[in-house]
Amino acid sequence: MRNVISVCIVAQNMLSCVPQFENSSHYVVGLRALRAKLALENGTIFTGESFGAATETMGEVVFNTSLTGYQEILTDPSYAGQIVTMTYPLIGNYGINFEDLESVKPQVAGFVVKEYFDFYSNFRAKGSLGEWLARHGIMGIQGIDTRMLTKIIRTRGALRGILSVYDLDDESLVQKAKGSPEMKGLDLAKVVTATEPYEWDEIDRTPFALKPEYQKKLNGKRWRVVVYDYGVKQNILRRLTSYGCRLTVVPASFPAEQVLEMNPDGVFLSNGPGDPAAVRYGIQNIKKLIGKKPIFGICLGHQLLALALGGKTFKLKFGHRGANHPVKNLLTNTIEITSQNHGFAVDLSSLDPSTVEITHVNLNDETNEGLRHRELPVFSVQYHPEASPGPHDSDYLFSQFVEMMARESIPV
Amino acid sequence: MPKRTDIHSILIIGSGPIVIGQACEFDYSGTQACKVLKEEGFRVILINSNPATIMTDPELADATYVEPITPAFVEKIIEKERPDVILPTMGGQTALNTAVALAESGVLNKYGVELIGAKLEAIKCAEDRELFQEAMAEMGLETARGAFVHSLDEALRVADDIGFPIIIRPSFTLGGTGGGTAYNMEEFRSKVEHGLASSPISQVLIEESVLGWKEYELEVMRDLKDNVVIICSIENFDPMGVHTGDSITVAPAQTLTDKEYQTMRDAAKKIIRRIGVETGGSNIQFAVNPSNGRMIVIEMNPRVSRSSALASKATGFPIAKIAAKLAVGYTLDEIPNDITKETPASFEPTIDYCVVKIPRWDFEKFKGVDDTLGVQMKSVGEAMAIGRTFKEAFQKALRSLEQGRFGLGADGKDIIDVRTLPEEKKPEWKKKVLDRMKMPKPDNVFYLRYAFQLGSTIEEVHHITKIDPWFLYNIKQIVDLEEELYAYRA
Repeated sequence: MRNVISVCIVAQNMLSCVPQFENSSHYVVGLRALRAKLALENGTIFTGESFGAATETMGEVVFNTSLTGYQEILTDPSYAGQIVTMTYPLIGNYGINFEDLESVKPQVAGFVVKEYFDFYSNFRAKGSLGEWLARHGIMGIQGIDTRMLTKIIRTRGALRGILSVYDLDDESLVQKAKGSPEMKGLDLAKVVTATEPYEWDEIDRTPFALKPEYQKKLNGKRWRVVVYDYGVKQNILRRLTSYGCRLTVVPASFPAEQVLEMNPDGVFLSNGPGDPAAVRYGIQNIKKLIGKKPIFGICLGHQLLALALGGKTFKLKFGHRGANHPVKNLLTNTIEITSQNHGFAVDLSSLDPSTVEITHVNLNDETNEGLRHRELPVFSVQYHPEASPGPHDSDYLFSQFVEMMARESIPV
Repeated sequence: MPKRTDIHSILIIGSGPIVIGQACEFDYSGTQACKVLKEEGFRVILINSNPATIMTDPELADATYVEPITPAFVEKIIEKERPDVILPTMGGQTALNTAVALAESGVLNKYGVELIGAKLEAIKCAEDRELFQEAMAEMGLETARGAFVHSLDEALRVADDIGFPIIIRPSFTLGGTGGGTAYNMEEFRSKVEHGLASSPISQVLIEESVLGWKEYELEVMRDLKDNVVIICSIENFDPMGVHTGDSITVAPAQTLTDKEYQTMRDAAKKIIRRIGVETGGSNIQFAVNPSNGRMIVIEMNPRVSRSSALASKATGFPIAKIAAKLAVGYTLDEIPNDITKETPASFEPTIDYCVVKIPRWDFEKFKGVDDTLGVQMKSVGEAMAIGRTFKEAFQKALRSLEQGRFGLGADGKDIIDVRTLPEEKKPEWKKKVLDRMKMPKPDNVFYLRYAFQLGSTIEEVHHITKIDPWFLYNIKQIVDLEEELYAYRA
């Protein structure tokens, strides 16, 4: 009815490189909305209609509370393997543009909304959300009670689920959902990371880019930073270059020895999907870098750093995903409204307080949001100072990283 | 930062009688403030001349004065009660103006009374056009481009810069006579000359027209520790040119990408800090050019406003109550969230529904008044509704206006019954309906329906009304569904 997709599209499975997900690949010609179902492993079935690609897909069902920013959310590699539902009910309103991308394609396993709008209105829009999802083989479902779905996730915790237009048999769908991989123990960083190192030196020319106010202080100094890509959001790269960094982005498993050979001014640990504890090679590499180079980590990078410092991580019941999480900076006693996307968290009690200082805490559930080493130039946050989507309150962390490098090294 | 211990008694100024543009919303905010400050153990002194308000109920304040809200009377109350502080941000413009007059005449200094919520400098900077524009320019934020000129030559130079259409406003004329909008050079010359002649000081303000731009509002809160949170974003259904109080408004904003919204949020944070509203809520209005996204700051209210009431009900974040607590020294992280009780108020509400407010007008009670909507508010009330879709909230709000309508269409109360019109008459009627919508009128929403029934496209209707196509699409969906249902009639 409303979701007429004007192009015929052959869907590809975005996770085709993950053996566990291969069976969810289907080929589809999407011309119009089809009856579709979302089934959860606990047996709950939602019936709606498809938008984007009409296919079948599985993943962990999570919710995001952001009111805006669906394009950034969909392209955030940290959502690999997840079916994302938006708690805000009206999605697609401003279409899709060429700039608000966090990676080159949508990364979610599937997308769930209350009401999808194929009709969009925004001066930057270049097409509809459904068209774009279809082009990338990503399935969306609309017309379901996303409030009920969110309540189930809040009560039961994140659940595995399946979206399908082919198989509308409830029992079969639930069985498939139960058979899909658990997020716990899953290393997805290796799936979404860059395959080869690359340089990222471009100045951020995207519209609405924040202009760092300290640029005068920088005096044209540039810092050479190695970025570990566990599924890095492009806005992190853009923010780092805005703060005068020249980046070499390396794959998740890149050996620490080679990083040290490159002799950068600092090392950045990126965000990424999956269970941090499963990224053992990452933790080993970080251990070798601590104390040798200034380190800044975000999200998965924060968790890996905590693990490398001897801490533990655990899976949150339903995670933090949204652009309205209040975080208290314990060093300044001020509040930042932050953008978050994580299903795992660092266990506060697992860290040795004589070496690690807790710097940020989430005011909603008092979980850990940031840490720093008491002696070494090492710090990280669980949330997303690069925003995109979300508030810019925490952008100062990038300047802290640059200041840290300035103290520790000589600029190129 | 805990509650201030250096203050014991607080004078709250109410908003007086109900007038268009200042109705029960300030009784709501004032009542909340009285309750909260009394609970906190302060002696609350209240002045409000309107006895039909909740806030003047005897148990709500420790001393209630039903007296005219004028500087002279308030001074007498100050003399008698000797409050430590005045909270002027709860009683609308009346309270703010009275507080400014008392501060400027030296009364506050004389009795050692402090303004809390907003200081004199902040109020003046927000309300004085030139100071406000300077402050915005300092931060690199745009306001409508323009300048005061004293001759046609000067005016022509300014016109070159800003492009048509241009607004011409002669200075110091009664009710703005001699002003207008010019769409071309010829009109511009004649209107400027006329304006210069009608201004007693031969001065005219030449300003870029933002008519038809998209209009947004953000509700912002700030505490003494400089924490700033945005409570709610509001997008006006009606474009710039119609007073917000006369606009259908929608929360949250619907057609902004996150990049645009965050730019607006950053601007709001800068503005509340620069203007210097230390504690409490402010309302900041923006206009966005739909063709290129250019954003300009329209104005700021350094007090709780009509929109604060809407934002409070839309999000569950009690702005007036929290603003009162912030005014006496608490910080956002010390105040519990009203809904969760467990988490602090230092958060930004997120909602999983859409909120629509529709104004209600009563022109039949004001015979002879032009019912064209413009920059002066004419509505006498409003209804708000919440829905999981815009369409649901819109229909519920329209129905809640209690004007005998059961929503858009399908209630048999249409002025134009499109279905019975002969086919050959329809083009003529379509033209009539579209022409009628050129002027913003209270019943324009119903004409949107007629226009779609008569086969107008979203583009045609947008071209005439400048209502965002996304809203028009939703209206059209309602109309289309009605047609679909009608096709099944027995």
